[in-house]
Amino acid sequence: MPETTYIDAITQAMSEEMARDERVFLIGEDVGAYGGAFKTSYGLLDKFGAERVIDTPISEIAIIGAASGAALMGMRPIAEMQFLDFITCGYDILVNFAAMNSYLFGRACPIVVRGPAGGGTHGGPYHSINPEAMFLNRPGLKIVAPGTAYDAKGLLKAAIRDDNPVLYIEHKYLYRRIKENLPDDDYIVPIGKANVRRRGKDLTIITWGAMLYVADDAADELAKDNVSTEIIDLRSIVPFDEDAILESVAKTNRVIILHEAPLTGGAGAEFAARIAEKAFDYLDAPIKRIAALDVPTPYSPPLEAAALPDKTRVLQAARELLAY
Amino acid sequence: MATDVVMPQMGESIAEGTVSRWLKKVGDKVERDEPLLEISTDKVDAEIPSPAAGTVTEILAKEGDTVPVNAVVARIAAEGEAAAAAPAAAPAPAPTKPEPAKPEPEPAKPAAQEKPAAQEKPAAEAAAAPQEPAEAEVTSLDERRRTKSSPLVRKIAKENNVDISQLQGTGVSGRVTKTDILEFLQQPKPAAAAAAPAAQPRDRATAQPRGPQFAAGENVRIEPLSVMRKRIAQHMIESKHTSAHVTTVFEVDFTNVDKLRRRHKDDYAQRGVKLTYLPFIVQAVITGLREFPVLNASMDENSIVYHREMNIGIAVALDWGLIVPVLKQADELNILGIARAVNDLGDRARAKKLTPDDVQGGTFTITNPGIFGSLFGTPIINQPQVAILGVGGVKKRPVVVETDEGDFIAIRSMCYLALTFDHRLVDGAVADQFMARLKETIEDGQFTM
Repeated sequence: MPETTYIDAITQAMSEEMARDERVFLIGEDVGAYGGAFKTSYGLLDKFGAERVIDTPISEIAIIGAASGAALMGMRPIAEMQFLDFITCGYDILVNFAAMNSYLFGRACPIVVRGPAGGGTHGGPYHSINPEAMFLNRPGLKIVAPGTAYDAKGLLKAAIRDDNPVLYIEHKYLYRRIKENLPDDDYIVPIGKANVRRRGKDLTIITWGAMLYVADDAADELAKDNVSTEIIDLRSIVPFDEDAILESVAKTNRVIILHEAPLTGGAGAEFAARIAEKAFDYLDAPIKRIAALDVPTPYSPPLEAAALPDKTRVLQAARELLAY
Repeated sequence: MATDVVMPQMGESIAEGTVSRWLKKVGDKVERDEPLLEISTDKVDAEIPSPAAGTVTEILAKEGDTVPVNAVVARIAAEGEAAAAAPAAAPAPAPTKPEPAKPEPEPAKPAAQEKPAAQEKPAAEAAAAPQEPAEAEVTSLDERRRTKSSPLVRKIAKENNVDISQLQGTGVSGRVTKTDILEFLQQPKPAAAAAAPAAQPRDRATAQPRGPQFAAGENVRIEPLSVMRKRIAQHMIESKHTSAHVTTVFEVDFTNVDKLRRRHKDDYAQRGVKLTYLPFIVQAVITGLREFPVLNASMDENSIVYHREMNIGIAVALDWGLIVPVLKQADELNILGIARAVNDLGDRARAKKLTPDDVQGGTFTITNPGIFGSLFGTPIINQPQVAILGVGGVKKRPVVVETDEGDFIAIRSMCYLALTFDHRLVDGAVADQFMARLKETIEDGQFTM
């Protein structure tokens, strides 16, 4: 059986959900005839027709607004952002309308807003954002960020079936680099549940998205020194799996939070605070955060590499914690 | 205005205290200076008087709660305003006063080096508190890492009654890490091993306390250790780990002292002083210590610290434990002065009225198991001292007395005195010479009354 890439897992999830439920449709820029800027929706127009795979003008607020209206009328729209950097143009309708609707008017607004995020592809400041932090503080919106093909498919299906608006963050670096054997049957990955990617006892790395693979590399390196690293793949940022985090911290007592977005005000700050509040007595060393520098992602490849977290920085932090 | 009742600072190095008993409850009237609660700290137990007259409107620390110094434990409303104060929703028991000065890290300042220069206290006092490296003025980051370690290690230490300052750490700045303390707890300890045959290797990560484990519902009653009991346990084990304990026992004839005591008993009683054997023993000990000052000393790795003062600790058994108040500069007192001071310390110990100063600075200790009928004991040294005298019961026994006219059997008041000394510093010959001098002094009975 051929392996499925991360991007094909996304396409499969949309295709299967559209086949399963006729209320599901896709709306976005170039999603139809062109098949999506990254070919995420390749083939869907032929399969489901122009009424369910809708090309729009370049207006994120129109895309999210139309999707939200359709959702209130009983549809299950998937709104694609060509790059998640541009979601800021639709920010208002997403956070002030879609996210609040069920609180204000008692009616859920079940849209999925998805699109490519993340750096490492030399996309520069307008095509590399990791946007989770600016939505973290807006109740009503769920946020997921898969790092594997299995989760990419399972979480997208869960997001489409969820009655709340869900921001689905795809990491474009992983689109064609990650391949896995996926099950044939219809499965979902529950939102809000972390995955213990690797079990260990000396140190916990909490991470998600493309940083999973940085954590893997660091853990392999640490294993050579007999350090056993636990890697928690958070997968869902809102709601996040607090139990999984606290259990792991209670076991290893040393924790690194690793994310690709900039450090200051990043999602890691919330997790660190939660650990300090709820697992203080289990800490044998300070909580460490590794994140991008507080700069826009540079175009220049060497500068981009310097701005984003890498194995070297994880190893340095790990060794500091282990020696603490 | 409601008056806050705060946890008092019972000694410079004390950062927290435990509420052991409330003598008043919410709604009770209380006079100014009337006892309000009893507290227990690392050093002493004490009764805390009410700072104001009025009605107790709030009690913010339960019995058994340990709170920082200056934390508000209760509020007293003056007459007439109790009703107004009562509806205030129970505020969080967070201390409203500033916490004890929390110095900012000052890595550039070598705090540890400055201390000796500033230290002008006599050596006796400096040596008297070796278990407290964490003095309030500690400022350096290194020092705090060593003494505070981490939340996890503090938790494990608390659960297992371990003083982390006594462990060698392998972490940054010599910090005790989780691995260090778990390894320490895994080491077999003679007492624990005997008591816990079922002790088995544990998953370190679970960090469970070792030792016998009982669950509620078994045929046992479980109550938490008091602060005093924990401290006693710690001190006893520390002492056994520190000193090379040797005990020597002498038989001493108290007949002359007994005569003296009976002759002066009533006279002393009229002055409000109960005359026991103890003042005579204290004075004989002083005579001995003058000749053998090494018994009135302390030691560290490189030096012997001879104490200029002779401060004699007197162990006092309490219903709830044991405390050793100190008779300061006992060498400057006559029998009457010693008797009065000993009476006073004993009374205040039982009434929980000792001050932190009363239990500090001892240079030699006397304990008196004889009052319960013991022939003699082998006491544990009160660190950082190097000797402790255990007094057995004074009892009339038939004794062979040798005289020029020949030997005969007489009825004499006899007593066994046992000296435990630290063989690291004191050799057997010196200890026995000291005891011989003690015996001679007591048997001669030449005391100025």
